[in-house]
Amino acid sequence: MSRKSKLFVALLLLPSLLITLVFYFIPAVMTAAMSFTDMDYRLSWNFIGWDNFKRMAQDFLLPRIMKNTLVYTFATLALFNVGFSVVLALVTSFVPERTGRIFQALWLLPRFTPPIVYGVMWMWILDPTRNGLLNSLVVASGGRPVNWIAQYPMATIVITNGIIGVSFGMIIFYSAIKSIPREFIWAAEADGASWLQQVRHVTLPLIRWPLLFVTAYQTLSLLTSYEYILILTEGGPFFATTVWSLYAYNLAFGGYFANYEFGYGATLSIVLVVLGTIASIVYWRVFRFREMMSEPKIEVM
Amino acid sequence: MAQTTPAAAGRPRQKFTISERLVARERRRKVLAHVLVYAFLVVTALPLIFGYGWLVLNSFSETLAFGVLPEKLSLKNWRFLVEPPSRFYPDLWRTTWNTALLAIGMTVTVVAVSTPTAYALSRLKFAGRNAFLALTLVLHAFPGITLLISTYYVLRALNLLNSITGVFLVKAALMLPLAIWVMKGFYDNISWDVEMSALVDGATRFQTWYKVMLPQVMPGIASISIFSFIYGWSEYIYVITFIQDKESWTLASYINTIVGDFRALDYGLLSATALFYIAPVLLFFIFTQKYLMRVTIGGTKGGS
Repeated sequence: MSRKSKLFVALLLLPSLLITLVFYFIPAVMTAAMSFTDMDYRLSWNFIGWDNFKRMAQDFLLPRIMKNTLVYTFATLALFNVGFSVVLALVTSFVPERTGRIFQALWLLPRFTPPIVYGVMWMWILDPTRNGLLNSLVVASGGRPVNWIAQYPMATIVITNGIIGVSFGMIIFYSAIKSIPREFIWAAEADGASWLQQVRHVTLPLIRWPLLFVTAYQTLSLLTSYEYILILTEGGPFFATTVWSLYAYNLAFGGYFANYEFGYGATLSIVLVVLGTIASIVYWRVFRFREMMSEPKIEVM
Repeated sequence: MAQTTPAAAGRPRQKFTISERLVARERRRKVLAHVLVYAFLVVTALPLIFGYGWLVLNSFSETLAFGVLPEKLSLKNWRFLVEPPSRFYPDLWRTTWNTALLAIGMTVTVVAVSTPTAYALSRLKFAGRNAFLALTLVLHAFPGITLLISTYYVLRALNLLNSITGVFLVKAALMLPLAIWVMKGFYDNISWDVEMSALVDGATRFQTWYKVMLPQVMPGIASISIFSFIYGWSEYIYVITFIQDKESWTLASYINTIVGDFRALDYGLLSATALFYIAPVLLFFIFTQKYLMRVTIGGTKGGS
């Protein structure tokens, strides 16, 4: 390679290399290093060996937080990110294309809505006084206002996150369903299969790879997402909705209790990343992703 | 014979009515299925329809009957446009400008940085090419949101806390792996012949990239720009964690504070400010939605 073309390559790569290194790669390495320190707001590197990991093993809150994380992740996944998004994909491919598109756009909208605006919408829907949507209906029908978020905290975060999560699966399933050859459906129809039977025996088996892909991908997304939980419940009441990643965040920056626990927070983050990586390796091996998915041009995250 | 004739004559007639009935029943069932499907679509979308509808209706009215029906139109909720909700709030237009700066800064950085890099990764052979591709994939295992603590440290060390620049650089870095892969995909789809003919005609590699390749990856640039802009404009967690200084607030911090100060007390103000914040995204979404969807779906071809 000539010197000139080497320089050309360097110029093309340097900017992204620099930004990725400083704002992504170094923080990633640093998180690993920080997990062995007791860093606090003074930001001093005081290495304490495996103490944070020992503390993790003894953290009496952690079993509860793990349970929250599992319930939140798999309930949202089953009910919304996979379950409801399959139903929506099926239904929107059943109706005329234009109508289907309108409803898909509607379900895509929450993903592009600023999180705080989406949060404000739900604060109003679930407001504990009679000013909220649900409670105004309850009061109008003769009931008394319910404190929805306090009484059903887990349902709140599953539903609010789920409604954002459906669009990813919906779009992937929709295109997979649309690419099923019409002849398969005609053959099933000629054999007298009802719509439900067609779905059960033709459509679903044919989209099983996208189904597995969305399951795996969204498991990881849900494990590390806490933005909407932070806005709506801040992890409360009394840790009822504190998931793993939110716990780490609150230890470091939250006003919930002890602040600026950077070292321990980093430990929790790094363990979560390791668990996520193991999960994706398992998924990768079990489902043989490489064979089933071409690199998508763009993903909705 | 005489006895069987009416029956024989009746049979075809009866058959005819049966098939007619079958067709009618089939049609009824189809209509019923469609009614059910539409009802399902509308009912499940109700939270969204109510939520977004409320933002608009509530912000322009004094009170809502049953929490839904606007009773008295008024612009009093929009007073924040000329006068801050309380003296503790920074200037709204400055805040809006900061939000735009974050979105534009992120978009420009992502596009300017990923477009040349993706070209090199797609078309040029050099040492470390595979390592670079592997790095972007490995980083994908580290969701940015788990790196908040160390990012805080880095921004502090670089004196970029409380600055919009710091936030958009971090956001851009997190988006880069995806953007590079997307752009690489677009370059990969251009035939080599186009590039070869330009090179044979005596263009340098740079001219080839700039004049021949770049115009052909414009759809890719458009799509990563749309995504970057919307994500930058909407950013919440990095803004509220890294920016305390009121001078550098974005609309996310502004509304977050209104939520803290007026939650449940003044939904009029909340819905008006929220609508103000989401309005550009809505406009953007309506105009690019078809396009966004096409890109998303185009990307998963062969997914079944």
